[in-house]
Amino acid sequence: MTTLIQYLQYLVNGITLGSIYALIALGYTMVYGILKFINFAHGDILMVGAYTGLLTYTALLGESTNPVWMLTAFFIAMLVSMAFCAALGMFIERVAYKPLRNASRLAPLLSAIGVSFILSNGAAWIFGAQSRRFPYPFDNTPIVIAGLSITPHQILTVTVSVIMMVVLTLFVNKSRMGKAMRATSIDQATSELMGIDVNKIISMTFAIGSALAAVGGILSSFDFRVYASMGTMTGLKAFVAAVIGGIGNIQGAMLGGLILGVLESIGAPLLGIPSALRDTIAFAALIIILLVKPDGILGKNEREKV
Amino acid sequence: MRILETESVSRVFGGVVAVNKVDFHVEQGLVNGLIGPNGAGKTTLFNQITGMDHPTSGRIIFDGKDITRLPAWKISRLGIARTFQNIRLYNDLTVIENVMMGLHFKVGSDPFKGRFVQAVKSYFNAGKENRELYSKALEWLEFFELAPLKDEFARNLPYGNQRELEIARAMASEPKVLFLDEPAAGMNPSETAHLMYIISRIRELGVTVVLIEHDMKLVMNVCDNITVLSFGQKIAEGTPDEIKSDPLVIEAYLGREEE
Amino acid sequence: MLNFFQLIIIYAGIYALMAIGQNCITGNTGMLSLCHAGFFCIGSYSTAIICKVVGLPFWFSLPVAAIVSGFVGFLIGVPTLRLKGDYLCIATLGLGEIIKNIATNVNPVGMMAVPRAELFGYQFSSRNKFTFILLVWFFVLIAYLLFRQLAHSRLGRAMTAVREDEVAAQANGINVTKYKIGAFILGAAVGGTAGCFATAYTLTVQPGSYTFMVSVMVLCMVVLGGMGNLAGVILGAFIIEFISYFPQLVGLSSVIPAQASQIIYGLVLVIMMICRPQGILGRDRYRYGDGRKTRRSAAVKKEA
Repeated sequence: MTTLIQYLQYLVNGITLGSIYALIALGYTMVYGILKFINFAHGDILMVGAYTGLLTYTALLGESTNPVWMLTAFFIAMLVSMAFCAALGMFIERVAYKPLRNASRLAPLLSAIGVSFILSNGAAWIFGAQSRRFPYPFDNTPIVIAGLSITPHQILTVTVSVIMMVVLTLFVNKSRMGKAMRATSIDQATSELMGIDVNKIISMTFAIGSALAAVGGILSSFDFRVYASMGTMTGLKAFVAAVIGGIGNIQGAMLGGLILGVLESIGAPLLGIPSALRDTIAFAALIIILLVKPDGILGKNEREKV
Repeated sequence: MRILETESVSRVFGGVVAVNKVDFHVEQGLVNGLIGPNGAGKTTLFNQITGMDHPTSGRIIFDGKDITRLPAWKISRLGIARTFQNIRLYNDLTVIENVMMGLHFKVGSDPFKGRFVQAVKSYFNAGKENRELYSKALEWLEFFELAPLKDEFARNLPYGNQRELEIARAMASEPKVLFLDEPAAGMNPSETAHLMYIISRIRELGVTVVLIEHDMKLVMNVCDNITVLSFGQKIAEGTPDEIKSDPLVIEAYLGREEE
Repeated sequence: MLNFFQLIIIYAGIYALMAIGQNCITGNTGMLSLCHAGFFCIGSYSTAIICKVVGLPFWFSLPVAAIVSGFVGFLIGVPTLRLKGDYLCIATLGLGEIIKNIATNVNPVGMMAVPRAELFGYQFSSRNKFTFILLVWFFVLIAYLLFRQLAHSRLGRAMTAVREDEVAAQANGINVTKYKIGAFILGAAVGGTAGCFATAYTLTVQPGSYTFMVSVMVLCMVVLGGMGNLAGVILGAFIIEFISYFPQLVGLSSVIPAQASQIIYGLVLVIMMICRPQGILGRDRYRYGDGRKTRRSAAVKKEA
């Protein structure tokens, strides 16, 4: 019985982690869907988001300990961080990727790696190598239900993620802009002929993806602290999540994120391997999925035409 | 004599039957035409024969051997060369390097030695092999009147020359059968006329040609026999004159009255 | 300052070996692999284990490192063969991380005090950098010559065909699978020897240092110098190492923050991609007609 509850606990933790992965994975997937390249700098945008959020939050909060203001300040900080990252994402796209749109596929990938280096090392330069704690904007005493402990932080993470994903899904499926986005991801040239401003759509994609990454960064920093290279591993794993779900597919990214989070959380105790090898599980899952179904769980099968 | 035969070959993609129980045969030494409306399964059939893809069912016999499940590179070594509908040249290589690639297995291969030994030998004999490859490739370029362009990058060639280079590369492997997938697509009339001349010269070399083509003038002029596919099925075969007057073929191309 | 200059040359040599291996996989065969740190790790450990635990001399560990890494390259190459482009990149990245994670878990503290390499009684010590430079660059030269011969042979051209167009390569009778696996094995083997020299120089192995950043750096060297161009790749290794040690070299390491070199290096990547994506030297060209080797920049941007 205790083991069952333990595993349920792992499941809850996994879903929390997974919803963060899902948020970040969305950025990868949306960019890949439209530009067909891996935005390696996405992980570092998450880090910038976490720092912006942290700085705004501490500045707004000052000495206050008023619980209502704490929570309000947190949400304001989150919005500020989203806006900042959206602008940053658009700026990076304009400077580092747009000139490479007609280059070989390797070029934007390497340019993205360059941007990633600039961002993470720039942050290390400005903020130092020390990691910082993101204080909880509320009392984080776990709520225990039938032996399962759920923290308010976990509730916040899952709620915010779900809201973001619902809004995004509605946006992509219902709005004019969202439809234009989907059209662009299917065929850029044709969309352009249909009067869609492809440049605007691409900018928009980067803005949305980066804003979601900012949220993911803030939510993950409660667990993992804030530091300059925090985006590298989380970003990579979010990418793995995107691939597992089927890259280019928005629902796939959400599903992949959840699967990866749960796998990571349950995998180590289930397989009896040390928790230090958690990352290995993620990458092993990646390789298995690439070999079994390279287009991911929800991905379309695209064969090269001969 | 039939050098190549497909026995009831089918290829199914999901729910779509792209090629449906086709018995196609290629007569040695002739120019065999394969025609049909868009989406009839011509290229798919080519891909099954050349090993780029494998049939869902049926058998392919080439020169008395069953090649149904062989990988493309082995089929190529048996003497089947091809060109592609959407030209596939090595764009960043020069014209002569493209032809040298076609000669890849013609030089340095020794049937009495293992592949690894061959590779090691090729590695150390690179200089000698390169000279041999180069001169052979040059001969082929001269045959196709492309020699003056030999140091040009393939991507920089005019469209017609790119098509010819692809044929030259395929011919360099001295195939028994040459498959041409819409070689005249996008060509202007003078380029097409030159292509006709090239095909006739290839035929004179004793190489069997299989030709997919939409340009009816070209097909009727150069082909000795024609097979017609429509919706994945063989609907007719015969001489150009027989095909021209076949009611099923006319229907497949023009549709019926009421449409 | 001379000291740092020598250090740069040594590390440039070690990384040049890595870059030659990466070039074989990415530059010649066109497979975007990001796990050279893994091969580096395996080579380093092979040497440390053979010299320290088994107690055999360094020279014995060199071929072992190459063979073991080559075998790992084979193990990585086979399952990832079907993957292309970005997918291959991510899968190899994952495998590289797995190698690092396993190393960190099995041997978290790393290995220290590995015995020095010896030649006829002479000990290669990190104090006498000059002899070490000779040692490393001698092997860089050998690797350069071997891989140049490969690139200019029928086999190397088949690898190029695989890079340019796999489908056309198959139609030309080229066994694409064989060349891809071969490229992985050779590339990994050279990467392993680089690890071997790194251990011989630092006499330590730290499992945490084989991050994917190392793989990225090696890839950058290849791209910077010119994909498929061995001389370019070695030049790339030089430039990247020079940038990393620049603050120490000019004696300003207290003024310039440690991150500056990494930032410069990121900028170099972005600017290179925008201004000269074919790398500094561009692709290597071999002129067959007169047997003389001449270099021309590839990718003449002219629409056909």
